[in-house]
Amino acid sequence: MNNYLILNTTGWPILSLLMVIPAAGAFVALLIRGDLVLKIWGVIVTLATMALSIPLYSGFATDSARYQFAEQYSWFPALNLYYVVGVDGISLLLVLLTTFIMPLCILCSWQQIQYRLKEFIVVLLLMEAAMIGVFISLNTLLFYIFWEGMLVPMYLIIAVWGGPRRDYASIKFFLYTFSGSIFLLVAIIALYISTGTFFIPALMDHGYPFVYQLWIFLAFTLSFAVKVPVYPLHTWLPAAHVEAPTAGSVILASILLKMGGYGFLRFCLPIVPAATIACVPYMIAISLVSIIVGGYLALGQSDIKKLIAYSSVGHMGFVTLGTFLLNGQGIEGAILQMVNHGITTGALFICVGIIYERTHSREIGANSALGMMMPVYVTFLGIFSLSSFGFPGTNNFVSEFLVLVAAFSGNPLVGALSILGVTLAAAYMLRLLQRMVWDRSDGHGHHGVEKGEGRKLWDLGARECVMLGILAVFVFWIGFYPRPLIAIMDKSVTHLLQQVEAGKVERIFK
Amino acid sequence: MQITLLLPEIALSLASLVLFFCTLGRFRDRTLQAITTTLSLISLGAALCAYGQEGMLFFNTYRVDLLSQLFKVIITFGLFLVLCIAPGSRGVERKYLAEYYLFLTIGAMGLVLLVSSHELLTIVMSLEIASFAICVLIPLRSLKLHRDQMEAAIKYFLFGVSTIGIMLFGMSYLFGLANSTYLGDLAERLPALVRSEPLAVVGMVMMLCGFFYKLSLFPMHFLTPDIYEGSANETAAYYSTLPKIAAVALLIRLVSLAGVEAGRLTWVLALLAVLSMTVGNLAALVQNDLKRLLAYSSIAHAGYVMIGILSMNSLGLAASVYYMLGYLLMNLACFHVIYQLAPNGENLTFDHLRGLYCRSPLLAATLAAGAFGLTGIPPTIGFTGKFLIFTAAFQKGFHLLVILAVVNAAISLFFYLKMVRAAYSQVDDLGEAVPLTIQARLIGLFFIASIILTGVLPQWFIALAKESVAGLP
Repeated sequence: MNNYLILNTTGWPILSLLMVIPAAGAFVALLIRGDLVLKIWGVIVTLATMALSIPLYSGFATDSARYQFAEQYSWFPALNLYYVVGVDGISLLLVLLTTFIMPLCILCSWQQIQYRLKEFIVVLLLMEAAMIGVFISLNTLLFYIFWEGMLVPMYLIIAVWGGPRRDYASIKFFLYTFSGSIFLLVAIIALYISTGTFFIPALMDHGYPFVYQLWIFLAFTLSFAVKVPVYPLHTWLPAAHVEAPTAGSVILASILLKMGGYGFLRFCLPIVPAATIACVPYMIAISLVSIIVGGYLALGQSDIKKLIAYSSVGHMGFVTLGTFLLNGQGIEGAILQMVNHGITTGALFICVGIIYERTHSREIGANSALGMMMPVYVTFLGIFSLSSFGFPGTNNFVSEFLVLVAAFSGNPLVGALSILGVTLAAAYMLRLLQRMVWDRSDGHGHHGVEKGEGRKLWDLGARECVMLGILAVFVFWIGFYPRPLIAIMDKSVTHLLQQVEAGKVERIFK
Repeated sequence: MQITLLLPEIALSLASLVLFFCTLGRFRDRTLQAITTTLSLISLGAALCAYGQEGMLFFNTYRVDLLSQLFKVIITFGLFLVLCIAPGSRGVERKYLAEYYLFLTIGAMGLVLLVSSHELLTIVMSLEIASFAICVLIPLRSLKLHRDQMEAAIKYFLFGVSTIGIMLFGMSYLFGLANSTYLGDLAERLPALVRSEPLAVVGMVMMLCGFFYKLSLFPMHFLTPDIYEGSANETAAYYSTLPKIAAVALLIRLVSLAGVEAGRLTWVLALLAVLSMTVGNLAALVQNDLKRLLAYSSIAHAGYVMIGILSMNSLGLAASVYYMLGYLLMNLACFHVIYQLAPNGENLTFDHLRGLYCRSPLLAATLAAGAFGLTGIPPTIGFTGKFLIFTAAFQKGFHLLVILAVVNAAISLFFYLKMVRAAYSQVDDLGEAVPLTIQARLIGLFFIASIILTGVLPQWFIALAKESVAGLP
C-alpha cells in the first residue's frame, strides 16, 4: 500500500485534523449561548481549519504523483478496510478551496440567518468536515460515507433556512443525489468483491474485463453526473440554489458541484480507463449539450440566482468536457475550472445574497440601476461577472482557454461548439450586469418601492468588502499567474493520463 | 445440568412470577413501572452473565450456544429499552397495567426460549408462548381513544393461528421425509433432501412461514399495518422489534439446516425478499399514519434482512444479526418520538410532526437519526448493515438482488424523508414545546449516539456475530 503513499511526516495528523476541527467545533458550538459568540466561534473554527490547510500547500511536493500527507489506520480488519487519507495534486486544490470558502460562508450568513443560529453553525461545520472528508478519502467506502453523509446537513440547510419553496427544493435535492449515488455503493461493493480492497490507488492497478468496466463506469457516471450536474439531470440545481440561504448556495456552487468533477477524475478515468475511452464521445456530447443548454437557459432567467444556477450548469460542462478530452491541457483546464468556478460563482452568490438583504428581491427588474447607489458593490459585481464569462486577465479565462485549446486540438467541431458556450456566457452575464448597473427602462420596482431617489440602499459594509475583496484577489491572482496551481496538479495529471493510456493499450490487446 | 446455562430464562420466569403477584395486589403505576424496569434490567444482566455458555439441555431439545446467547442479550436489552421509551405506559388501560407488564415479560421469555429451541415441537411451544402474550397485549390499549385494538387482536390471533397451522403442516412434511424433529438430525439429512426432493423445499418454506409471519415478510405481511395501527404505541414498539429479532435468529438456524447449496430454496427466499421490499416500500409511500408507515417499513426491512440470511455465508448471517440490532435501535428511536408526542397514546399522523424541531430539537434530531438510519444513509448503523448485507450477497453472486435492493432503498428515502421534512418544516402556529423529562432526553441522546457509533465502529459486534454464527450446524 505504501507504494502509493507518502506518509505524513509533519508530526501531527494534519488531514485528519482538517476534519476533526470543524466536527469538534460543531460539538462545542452546541454548548455556546449567544448569537454573536456563536458567529465568532464559527469564524474562528473555519479560520483555524483554513490556517491548518496552508501547510498542505507549502509542504506539498510538486515533483511526485503520489498521495501525500497520508495517514493510515486499521478500521475494520475483517473486511480489509483501512482508514486511509491523503491528497494529490487534484484533491489538494479542492481541499484548499473548501477551507478558504467556508469562513466566507459563515461571514455571508452574518445577518441573513435570523433564527436557529446555533443549529446553523453546527450544521455548517459538520458540512465542512464531511466535504473535506470526501476530498481526502483514499478508501472507497470512506469516500461513500462522506459523500452520502454530507447530504443530511445540506438537506437541513435548505429545508430549515431556505426560501418559500424549500420543502420542494430540499426533497428534490436529496432524492436526486441519493438515487444517483446509490449505484455508487453497488459499484464499490462490486470492485471490492473482485479485488478484495477498498483502497482507491490499488483499485486503479487492476485490468478489469471490458464489459465489467462498462457497468462500473455507468454506476460511477450516474452518481457523479447528478452531482456535477450535466444536462438532463440538472433540474435539482436551480431549485436548490434558489431556495437555499446564501451560505447554502455558496457551498452548493463552490464545493458540492466539484465533487462530481472530482469523482470523474478520481474514479472513472483511472479505475475503468477502457470504458472511459469507449464512452468519450457520449460524455463530450453531454458536456457540450450542458454548456449550450445551460447558457441558453441562463439567458432567459429573470431571477438572478436562477441565472447564476443555470450558468453553473454551463461552466461545469467545461469541467466534464475538459476531463473527457483526455489530454493534459483538458484535464488541467478542468481542474482549474473547478477551482475558478468555486471562486467566481461563490462570489456571485454572495453578491446576490447582499442585494437580497437590502431589497428582499432576487428579480433583475427589482434590482436594476444600482450603479448610482452602490458603486462599490457594482464594482465587485462587475469583476465577478467579467470573470464568470472568462474575460482575459481573470481566472476563468485561463481555465476555459486551456479547455478550448484541448478541444480544438482534439476536434475542431467540439471546439467550435464550446466557443458558442463562451459567447452565451458573455451574453447572459453582460445582460445581467447592464440591467443591474444602469438599466432604468422599466420604471417601477417591486415591493412598492419607487426606483432611484425613493429607495434607500446602503453600500457595502466592511464585512462584505472583506469577503468579496478576498475572492477578487484570487480572481486576478489566478487570472494573471496560474503557474503555482498548474505546478501542483501537473505531476498528478501526467500520472492520470498514463493510467488512461494503460487502458487504451489494454483495450487493443483484448 | 449447569444452572448458569439457563440464567436469562430463570430471571425472566422469576420476573413473570413477581409480576403475577403484582397483578393480585394494588400498586401505584409508578411502582409497577419501577419494578418491571428493574426486573428487565436484572434479566439483561443475567443474559450478559450467561453469554459465552454452551451446552445441550433437556434431551437435546434446547441448545445454548453463542448465537442463542447473543440473541438473548439483544432481546432482554430490547425489553429494557421498550420499557424505557414508554415511561408510565400511557396508552394502556390503567386497571390492567400490572397484567400488561406481566405479559410483556412473558412474551420476552417466550422469545428467549425460542432462540434456544433446537427441536421442532419445542420451537412451536416457545413460539406460542410469545405469540399468545402479544395476543393479550394488543387489546389492553386504553379504551378512551380507540376500539380498533379488539379488531387488531382478533386479526393477529386468527392470522397467527393459521400461520402456525401452515408451519405445523410444513413440519409434518419434514418429519415424514427426515424421520426426526431434532434440528441436529435434520441438519444431517436435510441438505441432501432439499437438493433431491421438491417436497422438502415445500416443507421448508411452509415451516418458515411461521417466522415470516413474525418477521412480517411477504406474503405473511397483510395484517401487520392493521395490528400496528390498532395497538398502543408502546405495544407496537414492542411488537415491531422483539419478535422480529427472535424470528431472524430462528430463520438463521432453520435456513442453515438446508445446507449451503440450497438452490431452489434460495430462489424462493430471494423472490420473497424482493417482493417484501418492493411491496413494503411502495405501500409506505402513501401512508399518513406514522405507525402504519413504520409497519410497511418493517415489511421492507424484513426483505433486506432476508437477503443476508439467504446469502448463507458467515458475513451475511453476521450482517443480518447486526442489521437487527440496528433495526431495534432505529425503530425504537422513531417510537420514542411517537410516544413522547402522543401524551394520550393516540395515533399520530404527519400533521402531528409539523414544526417539531421548534417544539423539541432533540426529538426532531432523534427522529432524523432513526429515519435516516432506516433509509441507510451513512454514517448510521442502517447504512453499515445494508452495506454488509449487500457485500455478502454480492460475494454469492446475487447481483440482481443487490441492485433491486438498492433501488428499493432509493424508493424508501422518499417516505422516511417525508417524516424528517414534516419535523423540520416551518409552521406558523408552532404549538407548545414538548416537555421532556431528563430520562427522555437521555434516551434520545442514547439513540442518536448509538445509531451513529455502532454504524461507524461495527467491528466488535460483527466479530461477535460472526463467532456466533460459526457455531451453527
